Amino acid sequence: MTPEELRQSAEAERQKSHACKHILGVCCAAGCQSMGSDKIKDALDKQVKLKGLESEVNVKSVGCLGLCAAGPLVSLESDGKKAMYQAVKEADVAEVVEKLGKAPVKRLELSLDIPFFARQQKIILENSGVIDPERIEEYFAAGGYEALIKALTDLEPAEVIDAVSRSGLRGRGGAGFPTGLKWATVAKAAGSRKYVVCNADEGDPGAFMNRSVLESDPHRVIEGMIIAGYAVGASQGYVYVRAEYPLAIKRLKTAIKQAEGKGLLGDKILGTTFSFRLEIRLGAGAFVCGEETALLVSIEGSRGMPRPRPPFPAEAGLWGMPTLINNVETFSTVPPILRNGWEWYSAIGTEKSKGTKVFALAGQIKNTGLIEVPMGTKLRDIIFDIGGGVPDGKKFKAVQTGGPSGGCIPESKLDMSVDYESLREAGSIMGSGGMIVMNEDSSMVDVAKFFTEFCMSESCGKCVPCRTGTAQMYGLLEKIHAGEAVKADLELLKELCDLVRTTSLCGLGQTAPNPVMSTLHYFEKEYTSLLKDGPGKPAAAR
Amino acid sequence: MTQSKTAVKPPTEDKRWRIVEATIRRNGAQGQALIEVLHSVQEVFGYLDDPSLVYVAKALRLPLSKVYGVATFYHFFTLKPQGKHTCVVCMGTACYIKGAPELLKDAEKTYGVKPGQTTPDGELSVIQARCIGSCSMAPAVVFDGQVAGNLSVADFGKKVESMLKTPTAAVPA
Repeated sequence: MTPEELRQSAEAERQKSHACKHILGVCCAAGCQSMGSDKIKDALDKQVKLKGLESEVNVKSVGCLGLCAAGPLVSLESDGKKAMYQAVKEADVAEVVEKLGKAPVKRLELSLDIPFFARQQKIILENSGVIDPERIEEYFAAGGYEALIKALTDLEPAEVIDAVSRSGLRGRGGAGFPTGLKWATVAKAAGSRKYVVCNADEGDPGAFMNRSVLESDPHRVIEGMIIAGYAVGASQGYVYVRAEYPLAIKRLKTAIKQAEGKGLLGDKILGTTFSFRLEIRLGAGAFVCGEETALLVSIEGSRGMPRPRPPFPAEAGLWGMPTLINNVETFSTVPPILRNGWEWYSAIGTEKSKGTKVFALAGQIKNTGLIEVPMGTKLRDIIFDIGGGVPDGKKFKAVQTGGPSGGCIPESKLDMSVDYESLREAGSIMGSGGMIVMNEDSSMVDVAKFFTEFCMSESCGKCVPCRTGTAQMYGLLEKIHAGEAVKADLELLKELCDLVRTTSLCGLGQTAPNPVMSTLHYFEKEYTSLLKDGPGKPAAAR
Repeated sequence: MTQSKTAVKPPTEDKRWRIVEATIRRNGAQGQALIEVLHSVQEVFGYLDDPSLVYVAKALRLPLSKVYGVATFYHFFTLKPQGKHTCVVCMGTACYIKGAPELLKDAEKTYGVKPGQTTPDGELSVIQARCIGSCSMAPAVVFDGQVAGNLSVADFGKKVESMLKTPTAAVPA
């Protein structure tokens, strides 16, 4: 396919879409699907056929619409006017079709003016819930692969890297390493072959951003990876994705086949001399494989055990060759940066953290789901405005960010702006973007115990501080939780946290104490009140 | 197509081995395809038994220790056969704080199985998952490959019961 053919296909798709008066988009991402959205799509199709409205009404599957709490969701676009239906049942279908072109069904309507929708700024999720993830033509019509055309026909690889660097984009996997710098390092590294790897091993419990992007807009990830391949000089890419995400894998496979069919993957892409191939590698349920060196050995077919860095994968990665590893969200951000210019992107966000970030809201929060906000948004606004606060009249206690590597942030810190530095200062990390809200009923000691158990069993066992240290930490936490510990145990726990943090080999061990340290820092009373010789306990109890 | 000189025969005559053989061929019988091949075996047969591990080792020309090491390192692989019906309880953070441990307790109380165990009659396996990414519907459980969310203990009990009454298990996801 040449760039002209691609644009013609995009135009044809746009014309086709304009020809329909009404578009009904049924969310077919994992959340709504499990609530029966595919049955609703079938029912809508049938009803439209029954009424003979096929030429006017386009019923299609779309990606994640965001507010999973209110699913199954159906979006409606009628003569340019948009609306959204929530908790749609099969019984509602006839009425939904009946009311097309008239006022929307009141009892099902979900206002698009609520802060959940109004306060978001969508870049990575711009196509989520808009296009059908299984049709490449819709991605074309939404401006897809335009960035690739621009990169391959107008820009030198160094110019692509320059644009990514200047945009200020930082790694969305959690650590926030400047993406442009990473790309430049791989481009400069010497090697007979180079690789591009997408880390889609979203292992943190409580995070589902990557799953949703892959399910809702897989071509965006592919486009970002091809551009990266061109920029760093790689001709082979791998997507390492969790086996626990069957729907995401299926959609990604479909998308790769479509891209190959259109000549966007393979030899001589878009009629240029650039060639790039993409393969999927399935993870097998090891959290440590989110660590880049562990991920690489897992692709090579071995146990996912990290190795010391340097050398960094940028110099010696897959099979010892220079390898670029970025996260799903990072690759997804590249096409819009090239399409709209780095100036546009760098104007969003804070001074050091540019752009937007996708967060998964879960736990004891009203509006569970997926959101995208500019960096620098206040935590309080995310939880109480967009998230709708804590349900059932309960009081907010803490928000956990960054999964097992992150920490718990209390009420007093909620006015903090969400960016890499502020979160680190507060004792947590950005992580990949999971946010789990806990109410007054949650015990912080229990939460710390939960994460420590997780790290203990996910430790790969290679280095002693992590393998043994996390087990000892867990033992102490169990003792405290059971009310059998004394002050000295708490001191020992603190000492262990420091040891595991400073001496572990990889990120898993180095950050494993974060949930314990942050809860100790903000909620120490919960620990001391459980001690046998804690404050307020009679001496006889000692 | 020419057969490789050291073609290794699958452990049984079962025709489903052809799917596994295709995976091995597609990867040029290279050791680096080990995880892909194990996925293929588990997808077809539901678990990895000893003869299949021996076969994979021979076919990819890898030491058995390496194959066993990889198969036991990754949680996704299981070396034990699963029950006719499986119930995967997500124990991710969101599910945990919204009551997933209660669901596991209920399963243990009613059916006498702890996470990772199968009932003696081979009907039900209860599995604990790290996170299935359905955090917005916490607590979430996968019943025979079908995700269900926002479950109370009562909902959970009913779901398990009706799953056990379903004659054949759905294809595991």
